[in-house]
Amino acid sequence: MEFALLFKILIVVGVFVLTLLVALYSTWAERKVSAIMQDRIGPNRAGPFGLLQPLADGVKMFMKEEIIPGQANRALFILGPCLAMLTAGMTSAIIPWGDVITINPESVPFSEYFTFGESKTYIVQAADINIGILYAFGVVSVGVYGIMIGGWASNNKYSLLGAIRASSQMISYELAMGLSMIAVIMMTGSLSVREIVEQQDGFNWNIWYQPLGFIIFLICAFAETNRAPFDLPECETELIGGYHTEYSSMKLGFFLFAEYFNMFISCAIIAAVYFGGYNFPFMHDLGLSDNAIAIIGIFVFLGKVIFGILFFMWIRWTLPRFRYDQLMKLGWQILIPLAIVNLLFTGLGIIVFK
Amino acid sequence: MIETIKDKDISEQNLNTINLGPTHPATHGIFQNVLTMDGEKIVHAESTVGYIHRAFEKLAERRPYNQITPITDRLNYCSSPINNFGWEMTVEKLLGVQTPKRVDYMRVIIMELARIADHVICNSILAVDCGALTGFTHIFQQREKIYEIYEGICGARLTTNIGRIGGFERDFSEKTWKQIKDFIVDFPKAFREYENLVNRNRIFMDRTIGTGPMSPEEALNYGFTGPNLRATGLDYDVRVMNPYSSYQDFDFTIPVGKQGDSYDRYMVRSAEMWNSISIIKQAMDKMPDGPYHADVPEFYLPPKEDVYTKMEALIYHFKIVMGETNVPIGEVYHSVEGANGELGFYLVSDGGRQPYRLHFRRPCFITYQAYAKMIEGSVLSDAIITMSSLNIIAGELDA
Repeated sequence: MEFALLFKILIVVGVFVLTLLVALYSTWAERKVSAIMQDRIGPNRAGPFGLLQPLADGVKMFMKEEIIPGQANRALFILGPCLAMLTAGMTSAIIPWGDVITINPESVPFSEYFTFGESKTYIVQAADINIGILYAFGVVSVGVYGIMIGGWASNNKYSLLGAIRASSQMISYELAMGLSMIAVIMMTGSLSVREIVEQQDGFNWNIWYQPLGFIIFLICAFAETNRAPFDLPECETELIGGYHTEYSSMKLGFFLFAEYFNMFISCAIIAAVYFGGYNFPFMHDLGLSDNAIAIIGIFVFLGKVIFGILFFMWIRWTLPRFRYDQLMKLGWQILIPLAIVNLLFTGLGIIVFK
Repeated sequence: MIETIKDKDISEQNLNTINLGPTHPATHGIFQNVLTMDGEKIVHAESTVGYIHRAFEKLAERRPYNQITPITDRLNYCSSPINNFGWEMTVEKLLGVQTPKRVDYMRVIIMELARIADHVICNSILAVDCGALTGFTHIFQQREKIYEIYEGICGARLTTNIGRIGGFERDFSEKTWKQIKDFIVDFPKAFREYENLVNRNRIFMDRTIGTGPMSPEEALNYGFTGPNLRATGLDYDVRVMNPYSSYQDFDFTIPVGKQGDSYDRYMVRSAEMWNSISIIKQAMDKMPDGPYHADVPEFYLPPKEDVYTKMEALIYHFKIVMGETNVPIGEVYHSVEGANGELGFYLVSDGGRQPYRLHFRRPCFITYQAYAKMIEGSVLSDAIITMSSLNIIAGELDA
């Protein structure tokens, strides 16, 4: 068996498990963070500090009765949450978790069973595609279909309103998001996430060059993940549950879980594109071997992602939500022009300084 | 005559009908609005009331006067002491009883606490309906403290049945006085924190300014009172216009708004809470000594020791408990400044043990008539904000 293949399988499984874990514990963290912010205790019954709460929630979701409304379109009703979950899970493939790791064939146990290629370096990433950013945007925009189909198939007017809100919101904000990302791509000259990260070696992060672009991207990320202050598709005080009003059991769980998944992906992309991914300041001055730096980098990246997730939660439990027309106004009249201006200045900067 | 929208219009213009209520998370209580929508825009709205109608006015015709107080608890259950005292003052007016100053001041303290509790709920729920839950959980601890004060006085928290005809069942304990003192120190701190979080929040302002506006003329025509009327710029307040319970002894301002929109209603309520704190402080400072109830033996239960030892006390005790005391013949209207507006009690007595007719002038019922008109032409989100800011309480709406 080829060692590169084995390593890849390990990485794929590892990344998938890690993504699931982070998303799973985001639900716990959300409840804990909101509890701290609201002067409450939060979950503390299941395990120490309520750490087993996500498992308890999962079991609860699976055990609940599954109700499909009589007038609903059965097939599409089931397809909705599946699509939301699938697209949320697919994006994690392009996240660069760490730098390359060099492995000598001699140091591998049971090396006689493996075949080794020419290269001794292996990347800590599920798939390094050269159009990674484009892939992420593409897959994320498919995610809106899950919400649309689910909301439409429920045959409920509140669900339909939620689905309409979701689709128009996500499509509008994707434009500004894409435009702010193009500025980064112009600077780096690559669509590969790994290459963008590699160019931000040390403390040379993109956020220093693209502060405006970062803010636009961050706001759009909130809107894309349907989180407050942009949680209009599901806002419980207006639309009851929005697109998932009629859902119950694990199908509801899929929708909720997809949201946390998306939040994780957004934070990972923000960390990779604007905050240097696995790079950290003074990484080359520590006198460590490349492998050690790569392994520290994995934890640094995870730390950045967790920080991002906590930031998302902080915002969610602080701000009220927009009204629908205000949301559209912000997207089309403020963010898109700003993103275009940012694009122009980036272009100017590239001409002048390079 | 309610103007209804025709089915033909709905199908021709491709409109959509949705039910806002009776069990929608934003209708805090049970009432229905049938909305005809063009997308997210409300073309026509129709309100339905009566989901928790409990026929209180009819019930009251079969009860002796002192047994009607618990019914008034269930009107505006967010500020039941105001209802209780309002009713007790109505009966006192009918009987021609003059309450001691101490009773008046004690009532003022409790009524202003109740006003704070009610406005806290309205304002924090308005923020919740906008999507901000955190401020609500912080400020709700203060309401809890008010409920603890109620509990110390009368033993109940929500449906208080506080006070008796002629005064209080017992004097405030030392602990209660301390709780009230602590409250007027703690509440301003917590409330200032809440105001910092919400009042100038850009999203909150965008959501509420211009939402559900009301002109002063229209508001008067609909019969608005209380904060909803004052938000339009009219300074009508029963506490000042027609003082009861010695409100003339206190110095306070009537906050008014300009446009009568949701933000103005919110700000008027906020300002009223600051006023209430100042009134409570004044009442604590001026609190006179003396009895905690008027001398009305036919209505005020005698102490238990006397009941066991004195014939007269035993007779009064029996008559009050069995509800056998008669009242003068007459017609009385008494109103108090409830948390939502002028809460009036129209009482007709034929001299018997129970009212011949009792009508509650419930501010929510009157305000709610305008709701359908206020939301027509706005979007669904605005309809919910408008409902929250009007502070419609289902119990008071349906009675």
